[in-house]
Amino acid sequence: MSVATRADSAIPAESAHPLRHRRPLGDRIFAILALAAGLLVLVILVLIAVSTSQQASSWFSAEGWSIFTNTWNPGANQFGVLAFIYGTAITALIAVIIAVPVSIGIALLLTEVVRRRWAVPIVYVVDLLAVVPSVVWGLWGILVFAPWVLHIYSSIASGVNGIWVLGFLFGGQNISGASFFTCGLILAFMITPIVTSLSREVIATTPSIDKQGAYALGATRWEMIRGVVWPHSQGGVVGAVLLGLGRAMGETIAAALVIGSSPTITSHLFAPGYNMPAGIANLFGESSGVFRASLMGMGVLLFVITILINVLARGVVERSARRARGA
Amino acid sequence: MRIRGGKQLTAGGAVAMAAVALAACSSSPTSTPPASGSTTTPAAGSTATATAAAVSGTLNGAGSSFQNTFQESAIQAFKSVQSGMTVNYNSVGSGTGRTDLASNVVQFAGSDSPIPSTETASFKGKTVLYFPVVIGPITISYNLTGVSNLKLNASVLAQIFSGKITNWSNSAIKALNPGVNLPSEAITPAVRSDSSGTTQNFALFLQTAAPSDWSLGDQSTVKWPSNARAGAQNTGVAQIVKSTPGAIGYVDYADAKASGLTAASIENKSGAFIAPSTTAASVSAGGVTVAPDLTFHAVWGSGSNAYPITYQSWVLVYEKQPNANDAAMVKAYIGYLIGAGQALLPSLGYAPLPSNIDSMAKAQLSKITS
Repeated sequence: MSVATRADSAIPAESAHPLRHRRPLGDRIFAILALAAGLLVLVILVLIAVSTSQQASSWFSAEGWSIFTNTWNPGANQFGVLAFIYGTAITALIAVIIAVPVSIGIALLLTEVVRRRWAVPIVYVVDLLAVVPSVVWGLWGILVFAPWVLHIYSSIASGVNGIWVLGFLFGGQNISGASFFTCGLILAFMITPIVTSLSREVIATTPSIDKQGAYALGATRWEMIRGVVWPHSQGGVVGAVLLGLGRAMGETIAAALVIGSSPTITSHLFAPGYNMPAGIANLFGESSGVFRASLMGMGVLLFVITILINVLARGVVERSARRARGA
Repeated sequence: MRIRGGKQLTAGGAVAMAAVALAACSSSPTSTPPASGSTTTPAAGSTATATAAAVSGTLNGAGSSFQNTFQESAIQAFKSVQSGMTVNYNSVGSGTGRTDLASNVVQFAGSDSPIPSTETASFKGKTVLYFPVVIGPITISYNLTGVSNLKLNASVLAQIFSGKITNWSNSAIKALNPGVNLPSEAITPAVRSDSSGTTQNFALFLQTAAPSDWSLGDQSTVKWPSNARAGAQNTGVAQIVKSTPGAIGYVDYADAKASGLTAASIENKSGAFIAPSTTAASVSAGGVTVAPDLTFHAVWGSGSNAYPITYQSWVLVYEKQPNANDAAMVKAYIGYLIGAGQALLPSLGYAPLPSNIDSMAKAQLSKITS
């Protein structure tokens, strides 16, 4: 018995040592390099967070909790950024509400409806949307889209004014081509490719045997999608939507050009507004003192919000992937 | 990149001797070949007065976008004056330019306003010299079919841009424009979406000339009324004015001209209505008090021909430069900007410095030491 225990403990001890010595130099260098690369990302993230928070500290010490009020007026040294947070949430929400049904529709079309021969060029075209630089979206938005869509906004607004909810959202007197809604639409165009391609990949992992089973039971294509594909890929699609949301919140230049640059909180979506990235991009150049600190602070807020959304998205995707493997 | 620049500077000192020798050969061809013939002749003259010897190295500057067109042209033309020097100017905005100067990222900053009290601490007690380099009129451009010579004053402008006057048929506008058929059309104020020295100086004009009607401050960002439409840069505001009937906006003179906008005549301190022009802007700047450190505000200057919405921009440098070559480079370039370079200004839509300010700036050059 004592021999056996000694043998047991000896085997790992003896095998571990020679292994450690035998590991070649190149392998060790590679391990160090890989570790350094991994750590570098973390270090950079932490440094960004620390230095921006530090530069934003005078904002918080000057304003206290009133940074979360709607009192943006640099001329009077008031730096409450609620209007910017509101604008960020509203434009990202509009983008997601418009982009998600379209993206899931395209994903289902590509995986379940058309043949592979036709799917490839459609994927190619959708991915091309992702290649368009954001400044091009912004310039097209402000020079072509906004003047054109202004007439549509005006007629919608005059039609729905006074109607409950509709008048609340799409009415109002202050109609502008560059507005919350235009910004939301442009952001929707921009996040469609990423949501589409992620959803498509998740949907494509639905086991073919399950789908065949549904057909064998007499299900129509729609019933098969609802009964088999959707339960299987629900989690992954939610993750894709959250990643799209994170991108919509962080998008800067396109938003800065088409949002209208007016820090107001209003339910009227056709009115000009502001969001955090656009505010930072527009106002940084000539700012100083607490004004600059407040812009840094908006950066920190945005950083925290987008990290939270990305972590959440990653969690949802991984959980659904685990469940899919288990099923 | 900054480190490399620094090395070039020290190397520049060693090369300086060789450059002096080369200057003799290079100065003779410079007077003939470059494209801008009219500007190079006075430029060659200024080398004799401002700096005796040729200097070489890299001079980096950043700041005001208002100065940018002038800096770009001046940098090109300056190559024929000091062929050994490379000047870079990054138009990142006055605030960022001042921050860069405070943290020694650049050797000079362009700024449309003096250093605000909130920033003085960042310069750690070092003396910063102000060199005024350009003056420029800000036009009040509008889009009203059939109205070609609109007259406005500071009070009406302040009320329009704070949302109190919202229609072109308002009695206050009619009173200034007797006989003009003003339509009953909504006014859309066109403003800057980015923080800007143009906004700051336009607001400063309203604050100075109509304090009882203007309460929105004189910062680079103003809390505009909700009927305002914001565009990026001067070109963005010009685009809004051009495409929106009933719009009125404040646009830099050069961009207003380039976009073919109609500009209003503005009532000046002596009660005359003056159309924006570079000469009228110089008159306004010549009629203001200049502080000993060469800070001043060109708006609302006296003079019967002065255009009242005029603003200015400075180049900021440290009085004490880190080494002799830096001091020589800064002197050579600023000497060019306030000397021969002033001849470039009118064609770019800026106004040259009035002679009293220009001579004060030239006298200040000798303060730069190493």
